[in-house]
Parts: sequence; structure tokens; C-alpha cells
Amino acid sequence: MKKISLSSILSQLLLLFFVIVWIIPTFGLFISSLRDKDLLAISGWWTALTTTEINEIYRMSGMESQIEEDGYFKIKGKLFEENSGKKIESFGINSKKINEFKIGDIAIFKDESEVILDEDGNYEWRSKSEFQKKKGKRLFTTSLSPPSFTFENYREVLFKEGIGRAFINTMAVALPSTLIPLIICSFFAYSLTWMRFYGRDTLLAIIIASLVVPLQMSLIPILTIYNDFGALFGVAAKSYPGVWMAHTGFGLASTTFLLRNFLKSLPNEMMEAAKVDGASHYDIFLRIIIPLSIPAFASIFILQFLWCWNDLLVGLVFLDQVPSEIILTAKLKELLGSRGENWEILTTGAFVSMTVPLFIFFALQRYFIRGLVAGSVKG
Amino acid sequence: MTILNLLFIVFLGILFFIAYFHISNYLLDSYGGRSVKRYNFENSIRVIVFIAPAFIVLFIFILYPVFETIRLSFYDKFGREFVGLYNYKWAVNDPEFRRSILNNLVWLLVVPTLSTFFGLVIANLADRIWWGSIAKSIIFMPMAISFVGAGVIWKFIYEYRGPDNTQIGLLNAIIVSLGYEPQAWLTIPIWNNFFLMAIMIWIQTGLALVIFSAALRSIPKEMLEAARIDGASELKIFFSIIIPYLEQTILVIWTLITIIVLRIFDIIFAMTNGEWQTGVLANLMYDWMFRGGGDSGRGSVLAIVIMIGVIPILAWNLYKHRQEQKI
Repeated sequence: MKKISLSSILSQLLLLFFVIVWIIPTFGLFISSLRDKDLLAISGWWTALTTTEINEIYRMSGMESQIEEDGYFKIKGKLFEENSGKKIESFGINSKKINEFKIGDIAIFKDESEVILDEDGNYEWRSKSEFQKKKGKRLFTTSLSPPSFTFENYREVLFKEGIGRAFINTMAVALPSTLIPLIICSFFAYSLTWMRFYGRDTLLAIIIASLVVPLQMSLIPILTIYNDFGALFGVAAKSYPGVWMAHTGFGLASTTFLLRNFLKSLPNEMMEAAKVDGASHYDIFLRIIIPLSIPAFASIFILQFLWCWNDLLVGLVFLDQVPSEIILTAKLKELLGSRGENWEILTTGAFVSMTVPLFIFFALQRYFIRGLVAGSVKG
Repeated sequence: MTILNLLFIVFLGILFFIAYFHISNYLLDSYGGRSVKRYNFENSIRVIVFIAPAFIVLFIFILYPVFETIRLSFYDKFGREFVGLYNYKWAVNDPEFRRSILNNLVWLLVVPTLSTFFGLVIANLADRIWWGSIAKSIIFMPMAISFVGAGVIWKFIYEYRGPDNTQIGLLNAIIVSLGYEPQAWLTIPIWNNFFLMAIMIWIQTGLALVIFSAALRSIPKEMLEAARIDGASELKIFFSIIIPYLEQTILVIWTLITIIVLRIFDIIFAMTNGEWQTGVLANLMYDWMFRGGGDSGRGSVLAIVIMIGVIPILAWNLYKHRQEQKI
């Protein structure tokens, strides 16, 4: 009995280890995308999860803002915005003793001016004589910063950095690139399964061979065709319809193969009965095949849609890299190169690009898995 | 192009195909069926109507390009003059090509093997634990996101700052807290390949995991019960029952990941762009498609080398298909 429970605990620990290792990278990105952009570049994302101590240097206002009150010359002001959630613990007036004073203490400078500070960063600096300097003196603060998260990065990235438009472009690429193959392949798979014609077996063998042909084999000839086509008709060589057809071509074999495997499993008697009743192939297709194939369609839709949404190479080769055509992955790659240090844009952009896949993943996981399993175990 | 225009052409594009099938079939339905001759004619036209769009796409985008790429590999950079084996000779002597093919081989050796291994181990663990399905979901999740997205995610793991700065990359933060010097991981030749492979393994393990989970259910429960009653340890069951039973599935997954890895492009393109000796064939090919105005001869040779990698798998699939047809 003891042995079993020990091995069970070990398995649980091992699985927990895998789960933690697998989730940490994504979790880190998510947290980072919600952090203040200045903090993002100077501290690790894990520090955002706990209250941290930060040391900062601020400069008080200069002589221009002084007022005369109760026989003192006073300069009042704020070190930082109130809503930042920071609470000052201690402060100093000398860089060598940054923790010299507590909140409520009166710190006295060499020129006998004094300053008091509250924990929200409001200060009052007063002196018997008039302030003479344009710049105020420095204060060294040690404050506690609670975990704070903001959606500011998302607002900025969606509207200012062109990620919002790239999102729409990606949708305009992925949706037709999924629906077109689904439409033409369902007819193709139907004829390969239920129609008799010369060359059917050869066609099927070609599909099976095409399943594994890397798309690199097609890139150069198709780019040439597109360029020639564009020059011949005086239209842009790179365009949305061009990308749709490229994705359709590259997804055709697998879509047909998966659909055919599914159609093969439907009972033959049903088709025969319908035929006897005088139904044409199109009737059978519309009234029997489509309603029965909805789950299969859903799986294939998800696979192809995710493939098109996440693709980089096809979008890079067959679309111009301009704001009205660039897709999310290409945009992200561009940001990785040019704005590699603007972490807030990178993290938020990456997360925006993942929203759709993650939504599909969580909402339709069952169909996604079914499609993957069907595509591999039978193949 | 404004968003409204875009929406319009998307709609038009999809509608075009629906209309094609609907109108042509409608015409056929209203024509055929009244006599045997008409019925036969209708049926043979219908086959063409059903097959034509898919076949044309298949021909333009897969069949023709395969032969065209082979032809182009014997021609000069513009595809005009026949140059014989010149491009192949160039490839064999090019240090970049050699580096890429070596890297590709290491990727092929490491990624499918480790992904399959982790997938199998995790599927087996998760199968016996009550929170296993949540664990599976989490490990499967990277499968849904793009390679470029994954690249950004892992940039936060590998990020390097000078030794005097606070490390914001997780790996360096751990290394520093253990008292070592921080490293610029992606720029250390040879090792950086493995750091890039880790990203791919992180993604593909999920694929292996879900397929193994489905396959595990096909193992007869009685067999496992009997083994447990006989006092076999879980480790023993794993090696003596589960692995032999799933041999076929292991092979399928291994091949599947091999095909994906063979054309790996995005991760390297996004993370290092092939610098610091991390280039692979697909990246080199992309490079030659545009370098110096593009060289279709060299690009084609590189595509063919990738293709050669899948030929054994292609032959095996066709062979298996034949066997199935016979039954």
C-alpha cells in the first residue's frame, strides 16, 4: 500500500514539474503585457507579482513655485502621481544615506531649509530665507510598490502601432483561406469517395503524396506565376486573393484527406437509398453529407484556420509588407527587429496575436484535438 | 485598401466559390435525369464540376511547382540559361549550406525524439491523475499559438543584460542568483541551436501528448490491471506494455513532427534570423529567394534538399495506402 502511494506522489510531482515549466513562459508574457512600460524594461516580470521595494531619486521644484506662508518660504509639490499605488517607507537627502529619515521626520538640509514628506509623495520644503536656486534639491526615496497592472499597453498597441489593422488583415487572410479549401475540398472528397470515374485511384495517390510535400517546393514557381500574372494584367502581384489561393493550395491535400477519411466512414446504404429515390449527387451532398459532416468540418476548419492565422512564411512571400496588407506574425517579426527594446509593444502585440488562437483553443478544444488525432492516427 | 473594401472582397471571394458550385449543379439538375443518355452525360459532367476547382488548385500550387522547381534548379539565377549541376556544386561547397544542413540534421534528431518522449511520459502521467486533463490542456496550449508568438514569449526567457544590470530574462536571473555570470544565450554558437530547439519542443510536445492520450485509451484495461496485480511497477508497465503497444503511434507522431521540423523557418527567422550559426535550410532558401534580387536556381536546390528529406516518408505513406486499398 505504501509503495503505491509513494509512486503516485512522485507521478504527481513530476507532472506538476512539467506543467510549471510549460506554463511559465506564457504566463510571463501575459504578466509583462499588463505591466507599466517603464518597469517592464528594468525589472523581471516575476517581481510584478509581489510588493517590491524600489529606490528612486526625485528632484523638488525650484524657486519659481515658492510661496510665502506663516513666516516661511515654502515650496509644495508632489513627487509622483497619486494613483501609482506607491507608498514611501523612508527617504534621505544624501545619496550616501538614502534611508536616513522616516515618514513624519523633518529632514534638515545644510542650508537649514527643512522638508517633510508624506507616504503619498507630497512634500513641503520650507526655509526662513527666500529660495534662490532654479532647481530644487534631490530626495532619495525608498517606497513599496504593490503589484499593479494596467491595460494602457493594449490601448497604445492596438491603435497607435498598427497592430489593430494587422489583426484585421490577418482575419481577412485566414477566414477565406479556411473557407475556400473547405468548400472545394468537400466536393473533391465527396467525388473521391462516392463517385466512380477514371483515374480516381491515381488522384487519391497524388493527394497522399502531396500531404508531405514541403511548401518550399512551391514558393519560387508560384511567386513567378504571380509576378507574371501581375505584369500581364497590370495588377499588383501580391494581393489578398493571391494569398487565399496559396493557402488553399497548401491546405488542399490535408483538408481533402481528412474529409475523405470521414466520408468513407458514412454508411453506403444511405447514399444508395437516396439515389434510388431520385436524388442527384448535389442533393445528396447538400441534404445528407453536409449535415452529417458538421463535426468533421468544425475540426478541419479549426486546424486550417489556426494554420493560416499563425503562418508567417506565406504572408511574408505573397503579401506586401505595408500597413494595409501586413499580417500579425509579420508585424511582430518586424517589431522584434526594429523595436526589440520596446518591450511593452512586443509583449502586448504578441498577446493580441494570440487572442484568437487561445479563444479557439479554450472554446473548441474538443474539435481541435479530434482533428489532430484524425489527421495523424489514420495517416 | 480600406477596411470596408477588404470586407467586401473577402465576402466576394467566398461567395464566388459557393456560387460556382450552386449554379453549375443547379443547371445540371434541371438538365439531367429524363433519359438514360442524359443521365450518363449529366453524371460525367458532374464529376468534372465537383473535381475541377480542387484539381486546378492542386495542379497550379503543388504539381506544377514540384516539376518547375526541379527544372529551375538546373538553370541560372533568372531561370533563363541552363547551367547543369552548377547550383548543386555551389551548394556542396558553400559553408552556409553545410552549416544549415548540419543544423537541420541536429533539429531532426533532437526535436521529434524529445517531443515524442515528453509527450508519451506526460500522457502516461496525466492518465492516472485526477487533475490530469487540466495538466494536458496547459501543456497542449502552445500548439495553438504562432511560432513568432512563441519566439516573443521565449525572448523573455533568454533575454540578456550586461552583468551590472538587473536581469529581466528568467534564465539569466536564475543563473545570476546562483552566482554565475549572465550569458547571451542566443549568440553562443552550437548551444544556441539547442535553445531554439527548446522552443519547438515546448510547442510540439502538446501535439504528441494529445495523440498519445487518445491512443492510451485503446490499451485494454485488463492487461494493465493484470500487470499491477502481478506486482509490476509503473515503470515496468511503461516500458514493457505501454511502449510496445503504442509502437505504431510513436512512429506516426515521430514522422509527423519530423515533417514539421524539416521545414522549420519561423522560429529561427524571428529569433536570430540565422545569425550566430543557427541557420537552417528553409531560412537559407528564403534568403536566396530575395538576396541580390533573388536566385531561383540556388533557392530551388535548397527546396529540393528539403524535399529529399520527406521522400522516404512519402514513399512509406504511399506503400501503406496501397496495402489499405488491397484490403
